Amino acid sequence: MFIVDAKVPEDGIDQINSQAASVVSDGGGRVEEIEKMGVRPLAYQIEKMNEGFYVLMTVEANGEIIKEIERRFRVMDTVLRYLTVRTDEEQNKLDKIRSEREKKLSRRTVSRPGIDSEELPTG
Amino acid sequence: MVHKQYYRRRRACKFCVEKIDSINYKDVKLLSQFVPERAKILPRRISGICAPHQRQLSDAIKKARSIALLPYTTD
Repeated sequence: MFIVDAKVPEDGIDQINSQAASVVSDGGGRVEEIEKMGVRPLAYQIEKMNEGFYVLMTVEANGEIIKEIERRFRVMDTVLRYLTVRTDEEQNKLDKIRSEREKKLSRRTVSRPGIDSEELPTG
Repeated sequence: MVHKQYYRRRRACKFCVEKIDSINYKDVKLLSQFVPERAKILPRRISGICAPHQRQLSDAIKKARSIALLPYTTD
């Protein structure tokens, strides 16, 4: 996720996005999604500004590409902040938790209405 | 017995009850429930959250603060 100066016009932001996307694809990664979250008020002043244009970019890339993107962001003065969050480990953990939960539910020999399914006993 | 008079039922962890698995730093509405006026993170004994979820929550709050979705402090 990164924050761009709110006064930058739309095509300036698109330029930054496409630059970052080209870094990813040149390095052999894959851009999954670029979500422009629009102008939002900042919780505190950054560079004397109170609003910023938020962009969320989801990519699949290795460390070298990420480092290159961050390096570029650091150089650009229109990008105010950036935050890189790794999601693959958490996704694996979540998948494991969910599959274990489903296995536990299916292992029950007696199905208990109201807990395993939506039907509740009418009696 | 004396200690039974002071025993109070421990509030259930909100995340365990609703089975929310991951706490995302982007979810400002959820996170701000645990951040009162002065923007300090609520301690476990007040929010009633279990330890692993409190760790996830505080990490998410810190990330949100660094990207200016939540304030560090309010004056």
